[in-house]
Amino acid sequence: MDAVFLSRLQFAIATYFHFIFVPLTIGLSLMIAIFQTTWYRTDDADYLRLTKFFGKLFLINFAIGIVTGITLEFQFGTNWSRYSMFVGDIFGSLLAIEASVAFFLESTFIAVWFFGWNRLPKKLHLVSIWLVAIGSLISAYWILVANSWMQNPVGYVIRDGRAELTDFFAVIFQPYALLKIAHTVGATYLTAGFFVLGISAWHLLRGSHAQVFRKAFAFASVWTLVFSVFLVAQGHMNAGSLADKQPIKLAAMEAHWETQAGAPMHLLQWPDVDNEKNAIEAFTIPKLLSFLAWHDGNAEVQGLKSVPLADRPPVLPTFLSFRAMVGLAFLFILLSAWAFINRNNPGQNPLMLKILPWAIPLPYIANELGWTVAEVGRQPWIVYNLMRTSDAASPISSGQVAISSVAFILVYTLLGAANIYLLAKYARKGPEDVHEIGY
Amino acid sequence: MLEIIWFVLWGVLWTVYFLTDGYDLGLGLLMPFLSKEDWERRAIFNAQGPFWDANEVWLITAGGVTFAAFPKTYAVMFSSLYTPLLMLLFALIFRGISFEMRSKEPFSWWRKIWDASMTGGSFVAALLLGVAFANIFKGLPLDQDGILHGNLLTLLNPYGLLGGVLFVLMFAIHGAIWLTIMAKGSLRENGYRIAVLLWPVLLAVAVVFLIVTAFATDLYANIGRWPFLAVFPLLAVVGLLCVRLFLARRDWWKAFASSAAFIGGAAGFGIAGIYPRLLPSSLDPAASLTAFNSASSTLTLSIMLGVVLVFIPIVLAYQVWVHKKFTSEIDVEALAKTGK
Repeated sequence: MDAVFLSRLQFAIATYFHFIFVPLTIGLSLMIAIFQTTWYRTDDADYLRLTKFFGKLFLINFAIGIVTGITLEFQFGTNWSRYSMFVGDIFGSLLAIEASVAFFLESTFIAVWFFGWNRLPKKLHLVSIWLVAIGSLISAYWILVANSWMQNPVGYVIRDGRAELTDFFAVIFQPYALLKIAHTVGATYLTAGFFVLGISAWHLLRGSHAQVFRKAFAFASVWTLVFSVFLVAQGHMNAGSLADKQPIKLAAMEAHWETQAGAPMHLLQWPDVDNEKNAIEAFTIPKLLSFLAWHDGNAEVQGLKSVPLADRPPVLPTFLSFRAMVGLAFLFILLSAWAFINRNNPGQNPLMLKILPWAIPLPYIANELGWTVAEVGRQPWIVYNLMRTSDAASPISSGQVAISSVAFILVYTLLGAANIYLLAKYARKGPEDVHEIGY
Repeated sequence: MLEIIWFVLWGVLWTVYFLTDGYDLGLGLLMPFLSKEDWERRAIFNAQGPFWDANEVWLITAGGVTFAAFPKTYAVMFSSLYTPLLMLLFALIFRGISFEMRSKEPFSWWRKIWDASMTGGSFVAALLLGVAFANIFKGLPLDQDGILHGNLLTLLNPYGLLGGVLFVLMFAIHGAIWLTIMAKGSLRENGYRIAVLLWPVLLAVAVVFLIVTAFATDLYANIGRWPFLAVFPLLAVVGLLCVRLFLARRDWWKAFASSAAFIGGAAGFGIAGIYPRLLPSSLDPAASLTAFNSASSTLTLSIMLGVVLVFIPIVLAYQVWVHKKFTSEIDVEALAKTGK
């Protein structure tokens, strides 16, 4: 195994693992800020209980997100030094801005919030959780702007063998990035929504803390319905952006081989990669792919075979990840609509309460699938049409990378197990009494 | 000109990281010597609790700024120091995670795991930072293509190890003094006792380091060229002497400021000494990466300068506020006894 393959494997492990924790951090910080604001405004102690309860789960999740996040910044230099030299002028500055603008804010004020109970004026304490929510959002913005530049490089010139910045605003406000940010941030809110919904359902089924969790359930059911519908509608806009900027990625997502006007979509489909065609195409809807990509049923959609094999991404993982993500997206609408209909008396629908806790992992899976579509679908490029992944790795021995990859697998497995164990333990325990917890 | 400003900022960011996270790492690695009871260890965790995470962001910022302002240096530094950097990363993971994990179960075996994770992680991180920077001061065996001719053992040379010992001691005293600020009663006395005990050792190691540096590196050459740079070694010496003076007077904040001056002086001495190089090569002076041959474009350096000049003062302002607020409001011993 060569250093490029091992570095890809290691980066995949580091990113997938880190991305388990990030969405809940972004999404739940906002929900907690809303719970705390509701308590601040109405003086309803149940919202204080919710703030404290979900705050504890938030902190467990946040800690692992923090320590695994540093890995990624290190990885660009340790494993992808040629990439770093090539893009540092642009990509490096976006990461540095993220650290100085957002990371400090999140990391400082989460501690202020945790240690500030009973010590800060109520209003200042409330401000600190909002700063965490806003900080995590700003952080997402800069990271996704950086990733979007890898997908659709703009505002640069190639000089002295590297990409140099020519137009900062073109980089940070490009529509590709704004669409990606809307989609990813929406997904983080959905993840947090199902997290709150599932845990509330678990307690409601057992009748524990019913009064508290009925409020959380009602709120989260509206929240998840809004974001699940938003994600499908907004995701559709992303497909349009891909048709324009990354047509081959879109072709891989749809296993669309031949460039074709009026391209159909097959509800049941299986690609036969070796023979560059689909083995199964059934339940075909004419012209749908053209329509979804270009809002014109007769538009031409570029196929995989329009570029040489060496320029195509791995079709099967891109295709399957995309299908599974879309399937889950529709399931999210159904589940949240079900919760929404029963939001005022969820206790009367035990079947729903039994099912919803099992839905907690599903948005996590959808997040990772979406990330797979974005990153695997960009291959063989590390910077789309500018630099190949195979030219980007560090000139280091594969032995070093192999050993560190084993270390990552061991340490991350340990962290993952500890995280799941503690989240489950404290989620089941339920909120504490307010007189125990001050204020 | 922009390159010179960025070289200075690069040095300042690393120094601020050492000043801030230094006391966390020092407290973590000293924990077994500072505490016997479970509540004492809890209090040591609480003495870092409100600050460590934001302190660690200085490392992320220093790394990010290296990437942004000097991409070639970032690329060569991180890939040639591959193994020690990943060890530093794992050490910081174990250190960081112990804060959240420790209090979550009451069993003594569980707490011992996270205490060990805190102490081991802090020790390894402090040691590796010292080893890495001493090797950078001395020059790494880098060729024209930025490839390191050597391995982990190359870095564990006597000068590198001396740098590691210096960092461990420097952070340890910094951490012990921080505990005298955050704690009262017996725990404060423990911090005081250890700081006083370690002080002559640190003094001896610092003197040896300064002497060996004259032979192992060319750090003094820049002071010959620009005598005002002598302010850094001077600051370090005065800082270190004041540490002892203010400890004797039990003036904790001034002792802490003196320890910070020592760290700042020591880091400033090394960083000023390698100027304009960021990563000197010991094989071939022409293969050294400098602020001029590894910098980003003028546009990027200008934009980043604007960002840093606006946001770093804001960050400093709220971090100072947090330190002031929580050193007076948090009674680490009371917190430890209520199990938080």
